[in-house]
Amino acid sequence: MSALRVLVGCKRVIDYAVKIRVKPDKSGVVTEGVKHSMNPFDEIALEEAVRLKEKKVAGEVVAVSCGPTQSQEVLRTALAMGADRAIHVKVEGKDVDAMQPIHVAKILSKIAQDEKIDLMILGKQAIDDDCNQTGQMTASLLDWPQATFASKVEKNNGGLTVMREIDGGLETIKVKLPAIVTSDLRLNEPRYATLPNIMKAKKKPLAVKAPSDYGVEVKPHIEVLSVEDPPVREAGQKVETVEELVSKLREVGLIPSS
Amino acid sequence: SSTLVVAEHDNQKLIPVTLNAITAANQIGGDVTCLVAGTQCAKVAEECSQIQGVKKVLLADNEAFKGFLPESVSPVVLAAQKQFNFSHIIAGSSAISKNLIPRVAAKLDVSPISDITGVKDPDTFIRLIYAGNAVQTLKSLDSLKLITVRSTAFEAAESGGNGTTENAPEVSISNTLSEFVSQELSKSDRPDLASARSVISGGRGMKNGENFQLLYDLAEKMNAAVGASRAAVDAGYVPNDLQVGQTGKIVAPDLYIAVGISGAIQHLAGMKDSKVIVAINKDPEAPIFQVADYGIVMDLFKAIPEMTSLLDKK
Repeated sequence: MSALRVLVGCKRVIDYAVKIRVKPDKSGVVTEGVKHSMNPFDEIALEEAVRLKEKKVAGEVVAVSCGPTQSQEVLRTALAMGADRAIHVKVEGKDVDAMQPIHVAKILSKIAQDEKIDLMILGKQAIDDDCNQTGQMTASLLDWPQATFASKVEKNNGGLTVMREIDGGLETIKVKLPAIVTSDLRLNEPRYATLPNIMKAKKKPLAVKAPSDYGVEVKPHIEVLSVEDPPVREAGQKVETVEELVSKLREVGLIPSS
Repeated sequence: SSTLVVAEHDNQKLIPVTLNAITAANQIGGDVTCLVAGTQCAKVAEECSQIQGVKKVLLADNEAFKGFLPESVSPVVLAAQKQFNFSHIIAGSSAISKNLIPRVAAKLDVSPISDITGVKDPDTFIRLIYAGNAVQTLKSLDSLKLITVRSTAFEAAESGGNGTTENAPEVSISNTLSEFVSQELSKSDRPDLASARSVISGGRGMKNGENFQLLYDLAEKMNAAVGASRAAVDAGYVPNDLQVGQTGKIVAPDLYIAVGISGAIQHLAGMKDSKVIVAINKDPEAPIFQVADYGIVMDLFKAIPEMTSLLDKK
Protein backbone atom coordinates (compact mmCIF):
# COMPACT_ATOMS: atom_id res chain seq x y z
CA MET A 1 0.00 0.00 0.00
CA SER A 2 1.30 3.44 -0.80
CA ALA A 3 1.59 6.12 1.85
CA LEU A 4 -1.61 6.54 3.83
CA ARG A 5 -3.96 9.48 3.68
CA VAL A 6 -4.70 10.31 7.27
CA LEU A 7 -7.56 12.37 8.65
CA VAL A 8 -7.38 13.82 12.15
CA GLY A 9 -10.33 15.32 14.03
CA CYS A 10 -9.59 18.49 16.00
CA LYS A 11 -12.27 19.79 18.36
CA ARG A 12 -12.15 23.25 19.87
CA VAL A 13 -12.94 23.05 23.57
CA ILE A 14 -12.59 25.20 26.67
CA ASP A 15 -8.95 24.93 27.72
CA TYR A 16 -8.37 22.10 30.18
CA ALA A 17 -6.90 24.46 32.79
CA VAL A 18 -9.94 26.77 32.89
CA LYS A 19 -12.28 26.41 35.85
CA ILE A 20 -15.63 26.36 34.09
CA ARG A 21 -18.63 28.35 35.29
CA VAL A 22 -22.27 27.45 34.91
CA LYS A 23 -24.54 30.16 33.46
CA PRO A 24 -27.01 31.63 35.97
CA ASP A 25 -29.96 30.61 33.76
CA LYS A 26 -28.68 27.00 33.85
CA SER A 27 -28.67 26.79 30.06
CA GLY A 28 -25.03 25.79 29.78
CA VAL A 29 -21.56 26.88 30.75
CA VAL A 30 -20.00 30.29 30.15
CA THR A 31 -17.92 30.20 26.97
CA GLU A 32 -17.61 33.92 26.17
CA GLY A 33 -14.23 35.37 27.04
CA VAL A 34 -12.94 31.96 28.08
CA LYS A 35 -9.69 30.51 26.75
CA HIS A 36 -10.23 27.70 24.26
CA SER A 37 -7.74 25.19 22.83
CA MET A 38 -7.57 22.01 20.85
CA ASN A 39 -9.01 19.04 22.76
CA PRO A 40 -5.91 17.45 24.39
CA PHE A 41 -6.71 13.97 23.05
CA ASP A 42 -6.94 15.43 19.54
CA GLU A 43 -3.47 16.92 19.95
CA ILE A 44 -2.24 13.41 20.70
CA ALA A 45 -4.10 12.11 17.63
CA LEU A 46 -2.53 14.78 15.45
CA GLU A 47 0.94 14.13 16.85
CA GLU A 48 0.56 10.45 15.96
CA ALA A 49 -0.45 11.33 12.41
CA VAL A 50 2.49 13.69 12.01
CA ARG A 51 4.88 11.03 13.33
CA LEU A 52 3.47 8.55 10.81
CA LYS A 53 4.17 11.10 8.13
CA GLU A 54 7.71 11.58 9.37
CA LYS A 55 8.15 7.80 9.16
CA LYS A 56 6.79 7.96 5.59
CA VAL A 57 3.90 5.68 6.59
CA ALA A 58 1.49 8.54 6.03
CA GLY A 59 1.58 10.66 2.91
CA GLU A 60 -0.84 13.42 3.73
CA VAL A 61 -2.41 14.57 6.98
CA VAL A 62 -5.77 16.36 6.78
CA ALA A 63 -7.07 18.10 9.91
CA VAL A 64 -10.83 18.53 10.23
CA SER A 65 -12.83 20.55 12.74
CA CYS A 66 -16.60 20.90 12.99
CA GLY A 67 -17.71 23.99 14.86
CA PRO A 68 -18.11 27.76 14.82
CA THR A 69 -15.79 30.18 13.03
CA GLN A 70 -13.28 30.12 15.90
CA SER A 71 -12.63 26.44 15.21
CA GLN A 72 -10.27 27.71 12.53
CA GLU A 73 -7.89 28.67 15.34
CA VAL A 74 -7.39 25.03 16.33
CA LEU A 75 -7.00 24.11 12.67
CA ARG A 76 -4.18 26.66 12.35
CA THR A 77 -2.58 25.04 15.39
CA ALA A 78 -2.96 21.65 13.70
CA LEU A 79 -1.32 23.01 10.55
CA ALA A 80 1.49 24.46 12.62
CA MET A 81 2.01 21.08 14.28
CA GLY A 82 2.42 19.43 10.89
CA ALA A 83 -0.93 18.81 9.18
CA ASP A 84 -0.79 19.47 5.42
CA ARG A 85 -4.21 20.98 4.98
CA ALA A 86 -7.40 21.59 6.89
CA ILE A 87 -11.14 21.41 6.41
CA HIS A 88 -13.36 23.56 8.57
CA VAL A 89 -16.95 22.36 8.62
CA LYS A 90 -18.58 25.54 9.79
CA VAL A 91 -21.52 25.16 12.12
CA GLU A 92 -23.60 28.22 12.92
CA GLY A 93 -26.46 29.49 15.02
CA LYS A 94 -28.61 26.98 16.85
CA ASP A 95 -26.75 24.12 15.17
CA VAL A 96 -23.75 24.83 17.40
CA ASP A 97 -25.70 23.68 20.45
CA ALA A 98 -27.49 20.83 18.65
CA MET A 99 -24.23 19.33 17.42
CA GLN A 100 -23.57 15.91 18.91
CA PRO A 101 -20.96 13.22 18.17
CA ILE A 102 -23.48 11.54 15.85
CA HIS A 103 -23.47 14.59 13.56
CA VAL A 104 -19.69 14.84 13.61
CA ALA A 105 -19.46 11.11 12.84
CA LYS A 106 -21.74 11.55 9.82
CA ILE A 107 -19.66 14.45 8.53
CA LEU A 108 -16.33 12.68 9.11
CA SER A 109 -17.50 9.50 7.43
CA LYS A 110 -18.55 11.47 4.34
CA ILE A 111 -15.23 13.34 4.24
CA ALA A 112 -13.39 10.03 4.60
CA GLN A 113 -15.12 8.76 1.47
CA ASP A 114 -14.70 11.99 -0.52
CA GLU A 115 -11.02 12.29 0.36
CA LYS A 116 -10.23 8.56 0.05
CA ILE A 117 -8.91 8.44 3.61
CA ASP A 118 -7.07 5.28 4.71
CA LEU A 119 -6.73 6.04 8.40
CA MET A 120 -8.62 8.32 10.72
CA ILE A 121 -7.11 9.21 14.10
CA LEU A 122 -9.38 10.90 16.62
CA GLY A 123 -9.14 11.71 20.31
CA LYS A 124 -10.82 9.10 22.48
CA GLN A 125 -13.01 11.73 24.08
CA ALA A 126 -13.45 15.48 24.19
CA ILE A 127 -12.91 17.06 27.59
CA ASP A 128 -16.05 19.20 27.38
CA ASP A 129 -18.89 16.69 26.91
CA ASP A 130 -16.79 13.63 27.91
CA CYS A 131 -18.89 11.55 25.47
CA ASN A 132 -16.28 9.17 24.05
CA GLN A 133 -18.40 8.28 21.00
CA THR A 134 -17.25 9.96 17.77
CA GLY A 135 -14.57 7.46 16.68
CA GLN A 136 -16.74 4.43 17.34
CA MET A 137 -19.73 5.94 15.53
CA THR A 138 -17.67 7.00 12.52
CA ALA A 139 -16.20 3.50 12.25
CA SER A 140 -19.70 2.07 12.40
CA LEU A 141 -21.06 4.34 9.67
CA LEU A 142 -18.13 3.43 7.40
CA ASP A 143 -18.10 -0.25 8.41
CA TRP A 144 -14.44 0.17 9.28
CA PRO A 145 -12.71 -1.49 12.22
CA GLN A 146 -12.08 0.62 15.31
CA ALA A 147 -8.98 0.55 17.47
CA THR A 148 -10.02 2.72 20.38
CA PHE A 149 -8.05 3.98 23.42
CA ALA A 150 -4.76 3.32 21.63
CA SER A 151 -1.45 3.57 23.44
CA LYS A 152 0.69 2.21 20.61
CA VAL A 153 0.11 2.03 16.86
CA GLU A 154 2.27 0.09 14.40
CA LYS A 155 1.81 -0.49 10.71
CA ASN A 156 1.94 -4.08 9.53
CA ASN A 157 1.14 -5.67 6.17
CA GLY A 158 -2.18 -4.24 5.12
CA GLY A 159 -3.18 -3.10 8.56
CA LEU A 160 -2.29 -1.88 12.02
CA THR A 161 -1.30 -3.55 15.24
CA VAL A 162 -2.68 -1.48 18.08
CA MET A 163 -2.13 -1.71 21.80
CA ARG A 164 -5.20 -0.53 23.69
CA GLU A 165 -5.80 0.68 27.24
CA ILE A 166 -8.52 -1.49 28.78
CA ASP A 167 -9.87 -1.98 32.30
CA GLY A 168 -7.15 -3.70 34.28
CA GLY A 169 -4.39 -3.61 31.69
CA LEU A 170 -3.55 -3.61 28.02
CA GLU A 171 -4.79 -5.45 24.97
CA THR A 172 -3.38 -5.90 21.50
CA ILE A 173 -5.57 -6.13 18.42
CA LYS A 174 -5.00 -6.08 14.68
CA VAL A 175 -7.20 -4.07 12.36
CA LYS A 176 -7.33 -3.91 8.59
CA LEU A 177 -7.09 -0.62 6.80
CA PRO A 178 -8.98 1.58 6.29
CA ALA A 179 -9.47 1.95 10.03
CA ILE A 180 -10.21 4.34 12.87
CA VAL A 181 -7.87 4.79 15.80
CA THR A 182 -8.75 6.80 18.90
CA SER A 183 -5.91 8.08 21.03
CA ASP A 184 -5.42 7.50 24.71
CA LEU A 185 -3.12 9.55 26.93
CA ARG A 186 0.01 7.51 26.62
CA LEU A 187 0.11 7.21 22.84
CA ASN A 188 2.65 10.03 22.63
CA GLU A 189 3.52 13.48 23.90
CA PRO A 190 2.42 16.15 21.45
CA ARG A 191 4.98 18.66 20.24
CA TYR A 192 4.60 22.39 20.54
CA ALA A 193 4.13 24.41 17.41
CA THR A 194 7.26 26.49 16.77
CA LEU A 195 7.04 30.10 15.68
CA PRO A 196 8.38 29.46 12.13
CA ASN A 197 5.84 26.65 11.76
CA ILE A 198 3.05 28.89 13.04
CA MET A 199 4.01 31.40 10.34
CA LYS A 200 4.12 28.68 7.66
CA ALA A 201 0.75 27.35 8.78
CA LYS A 202 -0.89 30.62 7.76
CA LYS A 203 -0.17 29.76 4.15
CA LYS A 204 -1.38 26.18 4.24
CA PRO A 205 -4.77 25.48 2.62
CA LEU A 206 -7.87 25.65 4.79
CA ALA A 207 -11.17 24.86 3.10
CA VAL A 208 -14.45 26.02 4.63
CA LYS A 209 -17.49 23.82 4.20
CA ALA A 210 -20.93 23.42 5.73
CA PRO A 211 -22.57 20.27 7.13
CA SER A 212 -25.00 20.42 4.21
CA ASP A 213 -22.06 20.04 1.80
CA TYR A 214 -21.80 16.54 3.21
CA GLY A 215 -25.53 15.95 3.23
CA VAL A 216 -25.74 16.21 7.01
CA GLU A 217 -28.60 17.95 8.73
CA VAL A 218 -27.84 18.94 12.34
CA LYS A 219 -31.10 17.53 13.65
CA PRO A 220 -31.30 17.74 17.46
CA HIS A 221 -31.14 14.36 19.19
CA ILE A 222 -31.20 15.66 22.73
CA GLU A 223 -32.72 18.58 24.58
CA VAL A 224 -30.64 19.95 27.43
CA LEU A 225 -33.04 20.72 30.26
CA SER A 226 -30.48 22.19 32.65
CA VAL A 227 -26.80 22.54 33.41
CA GLU A 228 -26.04 23.06 37.08
CA ASP A 229 -23.18 23.19 39.52
CA PRO A 230 -22.36 19.86 41.10
CA PRO A 231 -23.16 19.53 44.80
CA VAL A 232 -20.40 21.18 46.79
CA ARG A 233 -18.44 18.95 49.07
CA GLU A 234 -17.87 20.67 52.34
CA ALA A 235 -14.30 20.90 53.45
CA GLY A 236 -13.74 18.76 56.49
CA GLN A 237 -11.29 19.10 59.31
CA LYS A 238 -7.54 19.19 59.54
CA VAL A 239 -6.02 16.64 61.86
CA GLU A 240 -2.62 17.17 63.40
CA THR A 241 -1.18 13.70 63.78
CA VAL A 242 -1.37 10.36 62.03
CA GLU A 243 -2.49 8.84 65.32
CA GLU A 244 -5.47 11.18 65.43
CA LEU A 245 -6.32 10.34 61.81
CA VAL A 246 -6.21 6.61 62.45
CA SER A 247 -8.37 6.88 65.55
CA LYS A 248 -10.95 8.98 63.70
CA LEU A 249 -11.11 6.46 60.86
CA ARG A 250 -11.42 3.65 63.40
CA GLU A 251 -14.28 5.48 65.12
CA VAL A 252 -16.31 5.48 61.92
CA GLY A 253 -15.38 1.90 61.14
CA LEU A 254 -13.38 2.67 58.00
CA ILE A 255 -10.27 0.87 59.10
CA PRO A 256 -10.08 -2.33 61.09
CA SER A 257 -10.05 -1.68 64.80
CA SER A 258 -8.73 -3.87 67.54
CA SER B 1 -40.72 0.50 28.10
CA SER B 2 -38.48 -2.54 27.77
CA THR B 3 -34.75 -2.55 28.26
CA LEU B 4 -31.94 -4.68 26.93
CA VAL B 5 -28.92 -4.77 29.24
CA VAL B 6 -25.75 -5.85 27.47
CA ALA B 7 -24.07 -7.96 30.13
CA GLU B 8 -20.33 -7.75 30.62
CA HIS B 9 -18.49 -10.86 31.72
CA ASP B 10 -15.34 -12.90 31.27
CA ASN B 11 -17.18 -16.04 30.07
CA GLN B 12 -17.06 -17.32 33.66
CA LYS B 13 -18.91 -14.73 35.67
CA LEU B 14 -20.58 -11.35 35.40
CA ILE B 15 -18.45 -8.25 35.80
CA PRO B 16 -19.95 -6.10 38.60
CA VAL B 17 -20.76 -3.08 36.35
CA THR B 18 -23.52 -5.21 34.84
CA LEU B 19 -25.31 -5.26 38.20
CA ASN B 20 -25.27 -1.44 38.35
CA ALA B 21 -26.62 -1.31 34.81
CA ILE B 22 -29.47 -3.68 35.76
CA THR B 23 -30.39 -1.34 38.63
CA ALA B 24 -30.56 1.56 36.18
CA ALA B 25 -32.73 -0.60 33.89
CA ASN B 26 -35.04 -1.37 36.80
CA GLN B 27 -35.32 2.37 37.50
CA ILE B 28 -36.27 3.03 33.88
CA GLY B 29 -39.04 0.48 34.39
CA GLY B 30 -40.60 -2.17 32.21
CA ASP B 31 -39.21 -5.60 31.37
CA VAL B 32 -35.48 -6.14 31.60
CA THR B 33 -33.76 -8.52 29.21
CA CYS B 34 -30.03 -9.28 29.36
CA LEU B 35 -27.84 -10.21 26.45
CA VAL B 36 -24.95 -12.51 27.29
CA ALA B 37 -22.70 -12.78 24.26
CA GLY B 38 -19.49 -14.72 24.65
CA THR B 39 -17.68 -17.98 24.16
CA GLN B 40 -18.89 -20.92 26.24
CA CYS B 41 -20.64 -18.57 28.61
CA ALA B 42 -23.84 -20.51 29.49
CA LYS B 43 -22.80 -20.25 33.15
CA VAL B 44 -22.91 -16.48 32.93
CA ALA B 45 -26.40 -16.57 31.43
CA GLU B 46 -27.49 -18.73 34.36
CA GLU B 47 -25.99 -16.25 36.85
CA CYS B 48 -27.61 -13.36 35.01
CA SER B 49 -31.07 -14.94 35.04
CA GLN B 50 -30.98 -14.94 38.84
CA ILE B 51 -30.48 -11.20 39.22
CA GLN B 52 -33.47 -9.32 40.58
CA GLY B 53 -35.53 -7.73 37.86
CA VAL B 54 -34.11 -9.76 34.97
CA LYS B 55 -37.02 -11.36 33.16
CA LYS B 56 -35.20 -12.96 30.27
CA VAL B 57 -31.64 -13.71 29.23
CA LEU B 58 -30.61 -13.96 25.60
CA LEU B 59 -27.59 -16.20 25.22
CA ALA B 60 -25.32 -15.84 22.20
CA ASP B 61 -22.50 -18.35 22.32
CA ASN B 62 -19.97 -18.05 19.53
CA GLU B 63 -16.22 -18.45 19.06
CA ALA B 64 -16.31 -15.17 17.17
CA PHE B 65 -16.86 -13.21 20.39
CA LYS B 66 -13.33 -13.88 21.59
CA GLY B 67 -11.96 -10.57 22.85
CA PHE B 68 -15.48 -9.03 22.72
CA LEU B 69 -14.53 -7.00 19.65
CA PRO B 70 -17.29 -4.52 18.79
CA GLU B 71 -17.11 -5.50 15.11
CA SER B 72 -18.25 -9.00 16.19
CA VAL B 73 -20.62 -8.20 19.03
CA SER B 74 -22.58 -5.30 17.53
CA PRO B 75 -24.43 -7.48 14.93
CA VAL B 76 -25.90 -9.58 17.76
CA VAL B 77 -27.13 -6.52 19.64
CA LEU B 78 -28.67 -5.22 16.42
CA ALA B 79 -30.36 -8.56 15.73
CA ALA B 80 -31.80 -8.64 19.26
CA GLN B 81 -33.07 -5.09 18.81
CA LYS B 82 -34.65 -5.99 15.48
CA GLN B 83 -36.50 -8.93 16.97
CA PHE B 84 -37.64 -7.44 20.29
CA ASN B 85 -37.81 -3.71 19.58
CA PHE B 86 -36.55 -2.55 22.99
CA SER B 87 -37.04 1.06 24.08
CA HIS B 88 -33.63 1.18 25.81
CA ILE B 89 -30.31 -0.58 25.33
CA ILE B 90 -27.93 -0.06 28.22
CA ALA B 91 -24.61 -1.25 29.60
CA GLY B 92 -22.38 -0.48 32.55
CA SER B 93 -19.60 1.96 31.64
CA SER B 94 -16.39 0.09 30.88
CA ALA B 95 -13.72 -0.13 28.21
CA ILE B 96 -15.83 -2.75 26.45
CA SER B 97 -19.18 -0.94 26.53
CA LYS B 98 -17.66 2.43 25.60
CA ASN B 99 -16.34 0.65 22.54
CA LEU B 100 -19.56 -1.18 21.68
CA ILE B 101 -22.56 1.04 22.48
CA PRO B 102 -21.70 3.96 20.12
CA ARG B 103 -20.98 1.49 17.31
CA VAL B 104 -24.45 0.01 17.74
CA ALA B 105 -26.05 3.45 18.13
CA ALA B 106 -24.68 4.77 14.82
CA LYS B 107 -26.31 1.89 12.96
CA LEU B 108 -29.65 2.79 14.55
CA ASP B 109 -29.23 6.55 13.99
CA VAL B 110 -29.40 7.17 17.74
CA SER B 111 -27.30 9.65 19.71
CA PRO B 112 -26.03 7.59 22.66
CA ILE B 113 -25.96 8.96 26.19
CA SER B 114 -22.66 8.21 27.90
CA ASP B 115 -22.08 7.51 31.54
CA ILE B 116 -25.37 8.56 33.12
CA THR B 117 -25.45 9.17 36.87
CA GLY B 118 -29.22 9.32 37.24
CA VAL B 119 -32.55 8.35 35.66
CA LYS B 120 -35.31 10.97 35.98
CA ASP B 121 -37.79 9.25 33.73
CA PRO B 122 -37.52 6.91 30.75
CA ASP B 123 -36.52 9.83 28.48
CA THR B 124 -34.62 12.05 30.91
CA PHE B 125 -31.18 11.38 32.32
CA ILE B 126 -28.49 13.05 34.36
CA ARG B 127 -24.83 13.01 33.41
CA LEU B 128 -21.71 14.97 34.23
CA ILE B 129 -19.83 17.15 31.78
CA TYR B 130 -16.53 19.05 32.01
CA ALA B 131 -14.88 16.47 34.24
CA GLY B 132 -17.77 16.54 36.67
CA ASN B 133 -17.72 20.31 37.05
CA ALA B 134 -21.25 20.63 35.70
CA VAL B 135 -24.30 18.41 35.94
CA GLN B 136 -26.39 18.13 32.80
CA THR B 137 -29.99 17.00 32.75
CA LEU B 138 -31.04 16.02 29.26
CA LYS B 139 -34.02 14.63 27.48
CA SER B 140 -33.38 12.20 24.67
CA LEU B 141 -35.42 12.94 21.55
CA ASP B 142 -34.62 9.56 20.00
CA SER B 143 -37.37 6.96 20.25
CA LEU B 144 -34.74 4.37 21.19
CA LYS B 145 -32.17 5.19 23.85
CA LEU B 146 -28.64 3.80 24.02
CA ILE B 147 -27.04 4.42 27.36
CA THR B 148 -23.95 3.62 29.37
CA VAL B 149 -24.25 3.78 33.14
CA ARG B 150 -21.70 5.11 35.61
CA SER B 151 -21.48 2.21 38.01
CA THR B 152 -20.67 4.27 41.10
CA ALA B 153 -23.97 6.15 40.75
CA PHE B 154 -26.21 3.06 40.96
CA GLU B 155 -26.36 0.32 43.58
CA ALA B 156 -25.58 -3.21 42.42
CA ALA B 157 -28.69 -5.28 41.70
CA GLU B 158 -28.95 -8.29 43.98
CA SER B 159 -29.61 -11.89 43.19
CA GLY B 160 -32.98 -13.45 43.89
CA GLY B 161 -34.55 -13.16 40.46
CA ASN B 162 -35.96 -15.93 38.39
CA GLY B 163 -35.59 -15.15 34.70
CA THR B 164 -35.71 -17.48 31.74
CA THR B 165 -32.89 -18.08 29.28
CA GLU B 166 -33.26 -18.48 25.55
CA ASN B 167 -30.93 -18.28 22.59
CA ALA B 168 -30.35 -14.87 21.06
CA PRO B 169 -31.48 -14.46 17.46
CA GLU B 170 -29.13 -16.31 15.11
CA VAL B 171 -26.81 -14.07 13.20
CA SER B 172 -23.82 -15.01 11.11
CA ILE B 173 -20.71 -13.23 12.28
CA SER B 174 -17.90 -12.83 9.82
CA ASN B 175 -15.54 -10.26 11.25
CA THR B 176 -12.64 -9.89 8.88
CA LEU B 177 -11.96 -6.32 9.96
CA SER B 178 -10.36 -6.83 13.35
CA GLU B 179 -8.63 -9.57 15.25
CA PHE B 180 -7.96 -10.06 18.94
CA VAL B 181 -4.28 -10.81 19.56
CA SER B 182 -3.59 -10.78 23.28
CA GLN B 183 -4.34 -9.28 26.64
CA GLU B 184 -1.99 -8.32 29.39
CA LEU B 185 -3.86 -7.75 32.61
CA SER B 186 -2.03 -6.32 35.58
CA LYS B 187 -1.75 -9.06 38.14
CA SER B 188 -2.63 -7.95 41.60
CA ASP B 189 -3.73 -9.59 44.81
CA ARG B 190 -5.35 -6.33 45.77
CA PRO B 191 -9.09 -5.71 45.39
CA ASP B 192 -10.26 -4.29 42.09
CA LEU B 193 -9.92 -0.50 41.94
CA ALA B 194 -13.43 0.07 40.64
CA SER B 195 -15.18 -1.96 43.34
CA ALA B 196 -12.88 -1.78 46.39
CA ARG B 197 -14.35 -0.37 49.62
CA SER B 198 -11.14 1.52 50.28
CA VAL B 199 -8.76 3.09 47.78
CA ILE B 200 -5.34 4.61 48.43
CA SER B 201 -4.05 6.72 45.56
CA GLY B 202 -0.65 8.27 45.02
CA GLY B 203 0.24 11.33 43.01
CA ARG B 204 3.33 13.12 41.79
CA GLY B 205 4.37 13.52 45.43
CA MET B 206 5.31 9.82 45.45
CA LYS B 207 8.41 10.88 43.47
CA ASN B 208 8.93 7.48 41.76
CA GLY B 209 7.39 4.10 41.08
CA GLU B 210 9.31 2.25 43.82
CA ASN B 211 7.81 4.46 46.48
CA PHE B 212 4.35 3.17 45.59
CA GLN B 213 5.39 0.12 47.63
CA LEU B 214 4.62 2.27 50.70
CA LEU B 215 1.02 2.51 49.51
CA TYR B 216 0.84 -1.22 48.76
CA ASP B 217 2.09 -1.96 52.29
CA LEU B 218 -0.64 0.22 53.77
CA ALA B 219 -3.25 -1.15 51.36
CA GLU B 220 -2.35 -4.66 52.49
CA LYS B 221 -3.34 -3.78 56.06
CA MET B 222 -6.60 -2.19 54.96
CA ASN B 223 -7.62 -4.56 52.18
CA ALA B 224 -7.61 -1.48 49.95
CA ALA B 225 -6.98 -1.03 46.23
CA VAL B 226 -4.18 1.22 45.02
CA GLY B 227 -4.81 3.97 42.48
CA ALA B 228 -2.93 6.96 41.09
CA SER B 229 -3.40 10.43 39.69
CA ARG B 230 -2.81 11.16 36.04
CA ALA B 231 0.35 13.04 37.01
CA ALA B 232 1.78 9.86 38.55
CA VAL B 233 0.83 7.88 35.43
CA ASP B 234 2.25 10.51 33.09
CA ALA B 235 5.49 10.52 35.06
CA GLY B 236 5.71 6.77 34.48
CA TYR B 237 5.47 5.75 38.15
CA VAL B 238 2.60 3.32 37.58
CA PRO B 239 0.60 1.86 34.68
CA ASN B 240 -2.38 3.71 33.28
CA ASP B 241 -4.96 1.21 34.51
CA LEU B 242 -4.41 2.64 38.00
CA GLN B 243 -5.45 6.11 36.88
CA VAL B 244 -8.36 7.65 38.77
CA GLY B 245 -9.91 10.68 37.11
CA GLN B 246 -11.81 12.18 34.20
CA THR B 247 -10.03 10.03 31.66
CA GLY B 248 -9.28 7.09 33.92
CA LYS B 249 -11.43 5.19 36.36
CA ILE B 250 -14.29 6.69 38.30
CA VAL B 251 -14.35 5.38 41.85
CA ALA B 252 -16.62 6.00 44.82
CA PRO B 253 -15.37 3.85 47.70
CA ASP B 254 -16.32 4.25 51.35
CA LEU B 255 -12.81 5.55 52.02
CA TYR B 256 -10.47 7.32 49.59
CA ILE B 257 -7.00 8.30 50.74
CA ALA B 258 -5.22 10.75 48.44
CA VAL B 259 -1.49 10.70 49.07
CA GLY B 260 0.75 13.37 47.56
CA ILE B 261 -2.03 14.36 45.17
CA SER B 262 -2.64 18.08 44.69
CA GLY B 263 -6.23 17.61 43.53
CA ALA B 264 -6.53 18.82 39.93
CA ILE B 265 -10.15 19.01 38.76
CA GLN B 266 -9.51 16.09 36.42
CA HIS B 267 -8.56 13.93 39.41
CA LEU B 268 -11.44 15.12 41.59
CA ALA B 269 -13.79 14.10 38.77
CA GLY B 270 -12.81 10.50 39.39
CA MET B 271 -13.13 10.32 43.16
CA LYS B 272 -15.18 13.10 44.69
CA ASP B 273 -18.23 10.88 45.21
CA SER B 274 -16.26 8.79 47.69
CA LYS B 275 -18.00 8.68 51.08
CA VAL B 276 -15.00 9.76 53.14
CA ILE B 277 -11.94 11.42 51.64
CA VAL B 278 -8.61 11.69 53.43
CA ALA B 279 -5.85 13.91 52.05
CA ILE B 280 -2.21 13.59 53.01
CA ASN B 281 -0.08 16.33 51.50
CA LYS B 282 2.72 18.51 52.74
CA ASP B 283 1.37 21.55 50.87
CA PRO B 284 -1.35 23.13 53.02
CA GLU B 285 -2.64 25.02 49.96
CA ALA B 286 -3.26 21.87 47.89
CA PRO B 287 -6.82 21.97 46.49
CA ILE B 288 -7.38 18.36 47.57
CA PHE B 289 -7.93 19.67 51.11
CA GLN B 290 -11.05 21.49 49.91
CA VAL B 291 -12.83 18.20 49.29
CA ALA B 292 -11.23 16.15 52.08
CA ASP B 293 -13.18 15.15 55.18
CA TYR B 294 -9.89 14.68 56.99
CA GLY B 295 -6.76 16.47 55.92
CA ILE B 296 -3.30 16.12 57.33
CA VAL B 297 -0.50 18.45 56.32
CA MET B 298 2.54 16.22 56.51
CA ASP B 299 5.29 14.67 54.46
CA LEU B 300 3.82 11.46 53.06
CA PHE B 301 7.11 9.63 53.53
CA LYS B 302 6.66 10.14 57.26
CA ALA B 303 2.86 9.81 57.44
CA ILE B 304 2.34 6.60 55.43
CA PRO B 305 4.86 4.36 57.27
CA GLU B 306 3.53 5.71 60.54
CA MET B 307 -0.05 4.90 59.54
CA THR B 308 0.99 1.41 58.41
CA SER B 309 2.66 0.69 61.73
CA LEU B 310 -0.30 2.07 63.70
CA LEU B 311 -2.55 -0.39 61.90
CA ASP B 312 -0.38 -3.22 63.21
CA LYS B 313 -1.15 -2.21 66.76
CA LYS B 314 -4.36 -3.31 68.25
